Amino acid sequence: MKLGFTPKEERFRAEAAAWLEAQLSGPFRDLRGKTGQSGQAQRRRAWERALGAAGWSCIGWPEAYGGRDASLAEQVIFAEEYARAGAPGRLGYMGVELAGPTILAFGTAAQKRRFLPPIARGEELWCQGYSEPSAGSDLANVRTRAVLQAGGAGGEWVVNGQKTWTSFAQFADWCFVLCRSEEGSRAHRGLSYLLIPMHQPGVTVRPIRQMTGGADFNDTFFADARTDADNIVGAAGDGWKVAMGTLSFERGVSTLGQQMNFANELRAIVSAAEANGLIHDPEIRQRLAHAYIGLRLMRYSALRMLSSVEAGKLSNEAYTYKIFWASWRKKLGVLALDVLGPRGEIAAGTAYEWELLPRLFLGSRADTIYGGTNQIQRNIIAERALGLPRESRGG
Amino acid sequence: MQFAHSEEQQLIRESARSLLSTGAGPAQLRAVLERPGGYDVDLWRTIGELGWTGLAIPQAYGGAGLGWVELCILQEELGRRLVASPFFATSALAAPLISSSGTEEQRATLLPRIASGTVRIACALGGTDGRPPCDGVTATLERRGAGFTLSGVCDFVIHADTAELLLVLARAPLSQGAEGISVAVIPAATAGVTIQSHVMLDLTRPMSRVELSGVSVGREQLLGEPGTAGAAVEEALDLARIALASEALGGAERLLEMTTAYVKERLQFGRPIGSFQAVKHRLADMMIEVEAAKSAAWYAACVADERRTELAEAAAIAKSYCCDAFFDCAANAIQLHGGIGFTWEHEAHLYFKRARATATLLGSPAWQRERLVRGFASGAAATPVF
Repeated sequence: MKLGFTPKEERFRAEAAAWLEAQLSGPFRDLRGKTGQSGQAQRRRAWERALGAAGWSCIGWPEAYGGRDASLAEQVIFAEEYARAGAPGRLGYMGVELAGPTILAFGTAAQKRRFLPPIARGEELWCQGYSEPSAGSDLANVRTRAVLQAGGAGGEWVVNGQKTWTSFAQFADWCFVLCRSEEGSRAHRGLSYLLIPMHQPGVTVRPIRQMTGGADFNDTFFADARTDADNIVGAAGDGWKVAMGTLSFERGVSTLGQQMNFANELRAIVSAAEANGLIHDPEIRQRLAHAYIGLRLMRYSALRMLSSVEAGKLSNEAYTYKIFWASWRKKLGVLALDVLGPRGEIAAGTAYEWELLPRLFLGSRADTIYGGTNQIQRNIIAERALGLPRESRGG
Repeated sequence: MQFAHSEEQQLIRESARSLLSTGAGPAQLRAVLERPGGYDVDLWRTIGELGWTGLAIPQAYGGAGLGWVELCILQEELGRRLVASPFFATSALAAPLISSSGTEEQRATLLPRIASGTVRIACALGGTDGRPPCDGVTATLERRGAGFTLSGVCDFVIHADTAELLLVLARAPLSQGAEGISVAVIPAATAGVTIQSHVMLDLTRPMSRVELSGVSVGREQLLGEPGTAGAAVEEALDLARIALASEALGGAERLLEMTTAYVKERLQFGRPIGSFQAVKHRLADMMIEVEAAKSAAWYAACVADERRTELAEAAAIAKSYCCDAFFDCAANAIQLHGGIGFTWEHEAHLYFKRARATATLLGSPAWQRERLVRGFASGAAATPVF
């Protein structure tokens, strides 16, 4: 057990902090504190390029692909400094955290050379094509079809179907898509993991308005959309394995940055309670303490997870992390509105648009649904981590 | 940064688990609880010989010179088996009090005795209402001539009825809070000391009422400077809270294992009950709490060894979260075992009761949470008082 960092790591911290400070008090001062992921898309795109140009976009990747070969401790440090500086939520998230690591783990040498550097430079943005109207919790039920046809240099995949809940699709240059490449196949067999360019006639993106009033994600329609035959990660039919790999990357170092946003939300609630006197209410105080404890435990658990990843194993806390933070944040949303009181139900302006805390109250309802619902998480914990008998699956 | 136990620390865990799996099973526990004193004398001797009692005591005082991380590993393992032992009171409560409050000479006298496992020390911390120190300290220490007189009634004193030494927190007359606090070390068999053991809800951690009627105490029996021990006591109690949290974690983890095993083999409607989602999801919830409790307890133990500035916060988090998790796991264990879980014969109730009593000890989860809020927000609530 050792919590501290070495002098070399502390020098790395100073370097990262200095760069972030220079950017966020200089050319990108308008983005400071914009820790969400929506709004100001053009400026966020510029920020991704600035991160890339300075080599701070994908620091854990090999240098050959635009990374820094940063150690785990350095990645933790960068995530902490990034959040501490109030640096903006990343438009490049899907490429940096999901597509890139998947290609690194499962892609060919040519795919790594083609796709990783533009992600690291902040030039190409990605979105995720997993969920479909009939494939939510039951992800293996995807129906989007891919057929390999002659044409182009070595043939191309022709893709038809509908993906849904695709965040960032309106900005993305590429989409990683789980689709059915063997006709008549069922469940997790016969699936393939394709990389599809978004800027083509066969791809249509339609925003979905959420209960928050905003529209952060989309329906994405593929109608004879095309991509080169080479743009498949893993073998044809191995898409399920590759997609599950991507899901496990969702629990990386980025969770530490996410926690800083949660901390800002909790701080805002404490300030609101101090302003309206509810800070003296014993029940509110207890709930604030519960929230604070949960926040700290997320940090401790993330550090544990990262330490065990470095030791090359998936530990138990990796199974429980998602449901823990999602359930925590949903409670935080209710606490926020309880602290705001009746005023919290009045919008600031004339549109159905909300400030931080009401947005937390509404937005957190999605946390226990996306990325595996709480119910699915509990099944996974019980069956895979505790080894209880599997639920019978319908045919 | 490596937030995981080292190989050496894993070895300590493995050897402790192996000893306790043979030396502290359910049958031994039952036998021990039937006997007066309520602890396993043979096991106490064994762990003394193995050096457990001195694990976190510096080598200069005859200990192994390891840290709180290692001591908390032992606490987890003892908690898994609900071991009834003076180990916590002596090594996790009295030892840090002596280390933080005592003079060099007092440490050199007392700590080697703890390290060698040749003394059992009980700590009389508070009064009859069970409020935690320092606010809850009610015994008084008054000057009388060259010495002092100790008076008052202390309750909830763990293993006092079998202790050789008592460590008593007392305050100067009219002092409040952490002001005026002294720590007295007196033999349990001192004139004016009456020890009356209780029948406790938790069968595994005996407690007594200690009455002090004008007990004469020499200056040399007070740890450090009289009336100035407040801050040192708070720090020592936070170390003890972390050790208790670790014990609670061990209990919670063991309950999860026991219950998981049971629902795999118990058949109803022709299937193992563990195949039903209503049952599965409860076990998943137990595991979520157990994993978070591990993070809480392990982090706090690390903080005790290398980052004392975070000690109060980490201790409050670990104590509140791990105790709540232990209780939830015990409650679920009873429910998921069904009728058998409600019997005296089954172990579940022993864990349930220990979970409740551990939560109460040294400040309830709600008390810890209020303490925590004072660290990051304005104001203070009058409740909870314990």
